[in-house]
Amino acid sequence: MEKTIAAIATPHAVGGIAVIRVSGPDAIAVCDRCFQAVSGRPLSVLSGYHAAYGTVMDGRDPVDEAVALVYRAPKSYTGEDVVEISCHGGIYITQEVLRIILRSGAVPAAAGEFTKRAFLNGRLSLTQAEAVMDLIASQGQQSARAAVTAMQGALYRQISDVKDSLVAVCGHLSAWADYPEEEIPAVGQESLLQTLSAAESTLEKLLRQFDSGRLVRSGIRTVIVGKPNVGKSTLMNLLSGCQKSIVTEIAGTTRDVIEETVQIDGLILNLADTAGMRETEDPVEQAGVALSARKLEQADLVLALFDSSLPFSAEDEQLIGRLEGKKTIAVINKTDLVQRLDERLLPPYFDQIVRISAKQETGVKDLHNAITHLLKISDLDPNAPMLANERQRRAAVTARQYIAEAKDALVSGMTLDAVTISAESAVEALLELTGERVTDAVVDEVFSHFCVGK
Amino acid sequence: MIYETEAYDIAVVGAGHAGCEAALAAARLGLRTLLFTISLDGIANLPCNPSIGGTAKGHLVREIDALGGEMGRAADQTFLQSRMLNLGKGPAVHSLRAQIDRVQYHNLMKKNLEQQDNLFVKQAEIIDIRVEDRRVTGVVTKLGTVYPVKAAILCCGTYLNGLIHIGGVHYESGPDGCVPAKGLTENLQQLGIEMRRFKTGTPSRVHKRSIDFSGLERQQGDEEITPFSFETTGKLENKVDCYIGYTNDETHRVIRENLDRSPLYGGLIEGVGPRYCPSIEDKVVRFADKERHQLFIEPMGLDTEEMYLQGMSSSLPEDVQIAFLHTIRGLEHVEIMRNAYAIEYDCCNPQQLLPTLEFKQLKGLYGAGQFNGTSGYEEAAAQGLVAGINAALAIMGKEPLVLDRASSYIGTLIDDITVKGCSDPYRMMTSRSEYRLILRQDNADQRLTPIGYRLGLISESRWRHLQDKLRQIAAEKARLGQVNIRPSAGLNALLEQKGTSPLTGGIKGIDLLRRPQVGYPDFAPFDPGRPVLPREIWEQVEVEIKYEGYIRRQLSQVAEMRKLEQKPLPLELDYAKIAGLRLEAQEKLNKIKPLSVGQASRISGVSPADISVLLLWLSSPFARGGDPRTEDEEE
Repeated sequence: MEKTIAAIATPHAVGGIAVIRVSGPDAIAVCDRCFQAVSGRPLSVLSGYHAAYGTVMDGRDPVDEAVALVYRAPKSYTGEDVVEISCHGGIYITQEVLRIILRSGAVPAAAGEFTKRAFLNGRLSLTQAEAVMDLIASQGQQSARAAVTAMQGALYRQISDVKDSLVAVCGHLSAWADYPEEEIPAVGQESLLQTLSAAESTLEKLLRQFDSGRLVRSGIRTVIVGKPNVGKSTLMNLLSGCQKSIVTEIAGTTRDVIEETVQIDGLILNLADTAGMRETEDPVEQAGVALSARKLEQADLVLALFDSSLPFSAEDEQLIGRLEGKKTIAVINKTDLVQRLDERLLPPYFDQIVRISAKQETGVKDLHNAITHLLKISDLDPNAPMLANERQRRAAVTARQYIAEAKDALVSGMTLDAVTISAESAVEALLELTGERVTDAVVDEVFSHFCVGK
Repeated sequence: MIYETEAYDIAVVGAGHAGCEAALAAARLGLRTLLFTISLDGIANLPCNPSIGGTAKGHLVREIDALGGEMGRAADQTFLQSRMLNLGKGPAVHSLRAQIDRVQYHNLMKKNLEQQDNLFVKQAEIIDIRVEDRRVTGVVTKLGTVYPVKAAILCCGTYLNGLIHIGGVHYESGPDGCVPAKGLTENLQQLGIEMRRFKTGTPSRVHKRSIDFSGLERQQGDEEITPFSFETTGKLENKVDCYIGYTNDETHRVIRENLDRSPLYGGLIEGVGPRYCPSIEDKVVRFADKERHQLFIEPMGLDTEEMYLQGMSSSLPEDVQIAFLHTIRGLEHVEIMRNAYAIEYDCCNPQQLLPTLEFKQLKGLYGAGQFNGTSGYEEAAAQGLVAGINAALAIMGKEPLVLDRASSYIGTLIDDITVKGCSDPYRMMTSRSEYRLILRQDNADQRLTPIGYRLGLISESRWRHLQDKLRQIAAEKARLGQVNIRPSAGLNALLEQKGTSPLTGGIKGIDLLRRPQVGYPDFAPFDPGRPVLPREIWEQVEVEIKYEGYIRRQLSQVAEMRKLEQKPLPLELDYAKIAGLRLEAQEKLNKIKPLSVGQASRISGVSPADISVLLLWLSSPFARGGDPRTEDEEE
């Protein structure tokens, strides 16, 4: 018997509502354990395509208001019994609701599992949308779906151009090697290098676009650092005040990172406030420190908070030492008080300095400008071809790597068979990017990166 | 009048390069093997170029030899001139090519066949294959004799319904004036085999005395000759030179003005010709802006004055052939002895074959060589060897020999033709192998001799020699990893002269050898502890060290590829029942019946989306409970 699976079906981002999909023989029973309809009737009495309004309950505690929509097998996306719970769209509310559903008897859906079940239950004759697998290959998310169009358009053409230029070179090299007696002119080192460099720079550009594009789509991973009482929560609150949708703040019991998603003028910041960043013997705190360090490592942006009213301390210095090489904005708080901080002591690798006053609610606009400037988001050309997802990005990175290898081989004086092999591998990576060739890795990759809710 | 002989195991039909390898391998594996040929004088003939090897083909010959085949040894014993092509372009594309004495090669191979135990060579034309319950039971000769056999290997070359075209004239014929084979095609079609028609061609042979060699460039063989066979020892010497000439505007004008008299352009030939070996009229038409085309003038043997004109194959009328040859410098008065001609012949669609070269739908029936739609002696011999081995293994009830793309050019060739198929005669090329930095001609023995040894086609002494070689390679690599090369004025002068940076401190031998500019012999004077090693050892050491990064990466690509190859697809699977597949993919898959998802992914018309569907389907309960091969198990 199949297990009952659950996952968040909407994109992992701030939105008006989020949908959690539960599918499998126990889907309705599972949801009855954690959803209380206002009408008092359990979901199990509802027929297909009927909805109930009510509350998601964590034991006796209400967590969120929600609507539960019941689908009866086989008339559902997967062909199984399905309940879709629409709750409020904050990332942490949604995840909390999912956690409650999992505690109520569902298991997390594996990547692509809803689609897989739909297919195996004969619910998808893939003719519906050319082939569902083509859809899967583009990761199914709303954002990626827009990218399908991009794929047929600008991006596809750009990749094709790079690919064609490399294929042409490889073809020439192969002909030259395979027909040594046919007077085929050798490929000139100069023109070969030129083709490779042109291909490389096109890919570089695509990858840069992708990085800024990702920040826009899924938010900027932002870490706030600062010594205790410097005003991190003030900053949090200040930022939170600017956004429209519900935001919750969950202080984990086992971790020392507070997370929150906020929007400032359309910029999504995935904020993490790292508490303990100091040396400690306490194992619990150590785990927190490790987590903070990891967060810091993954961050796109660091907001380093300083108290304007206090002089520069050893603790500040220690903190600053960890930030070298990160994109950092120094945020000077409490600028309404008497200035005691010597800003000249801030290191030169801090990219921007922004002054805020929580009390006077000033500086938010400056912070926004600093972020867009620092992350070059303002340079983002929405009409330029864009890699749609991580799978595509990785293919482009692989292709670029092989091109670099080919150039290396050429410049260092390796024989041209080695150059050809590297160039061909780049072509193969580009073909993978456009979905024209499949290897096991691509398939695995596609499935594991497929938005699990779709 | 039907006469049935005693029983044999295997019948090989045709004694060209495929047939000879098939018959020798089967007989050497202990099976009672028949080899039929329309003419005993046509055994192992070289009806086209008097040479063996060439780019990628040289790889095939070395692989045939490494597996225990005959072609390499025979070529080494009868060669006239040998050259390693592509030196300087990298070890992946080094290819050996040798001019061969055509008559000596035939004589030697014929004698090898005659001296082989278990092998019975017969001059007879096979016109029918007997089949019961989709299984071969015998072959029938034109005289009505039935030979009961358990397997038949079709190596018919260009004999099947052979039709020669020269200008407007055409007549039924096999190659080199042999009689064609008639009737077998129709009987194969009745067995349900899909046949098709291909075309190939050959240039004229001319008399040596009529050539003005002063107008041609001389091409000599290598000073140090690499033999084809890993068994060949002793010094080899070139015996002849070849010559190079060029066509010119006038040649092209004569050809263009007479195109209407070509059977190809006049629409008389229905067969599909090889893209990779075009006739001179094809070259002139398709590459109209090319000012000249090269031709090579090659001796046919030591005991003949016939010379072969490589690059000038044609099906234009005799008078046009004479006219355009006379426009070429050095050939102004050339006398043609044999005319160039095009030949059409029947062959099968190789997508009907398993990677063992057995027909998927007919147990015990195998195909090899031009019959499978390939072109070239080496391609034929490679398939003949694999078909012969597999026919023998099947009869002995042993596991089949399947060579995958990463193992060899032989495996690549068979995978290409059986999975992707071919729409024109298939020629091997180095660019067909995605793994060519590991499938080098220099390491064919390391890749394939262990397989040949397990099969029983490799002698004990040769096996010991290989083990010894591997030990020496490993030892020298280890030594170079340890030894410290100290900088010296002499060494630094050498390095600078080679265009690489001088040493400031000591360097490990292995790191010095990694530099593309530095060859193994180069720094011998500065590496006093170096043992004296034969070329075959130090060459391996050098290539393995210099290309280590690339080799490692190719090996990981191989591992990736093999994962999909190891997901089997049952032959009985009806793809029309898998709902997610697109219609085109369903049809292609049902026609070809790939053996694995890996194979399926290489079929044109099967998209990545279809492969995803197949992988999904394989993970479903339907696939696990799929139709088992009950028919075979119940017998």
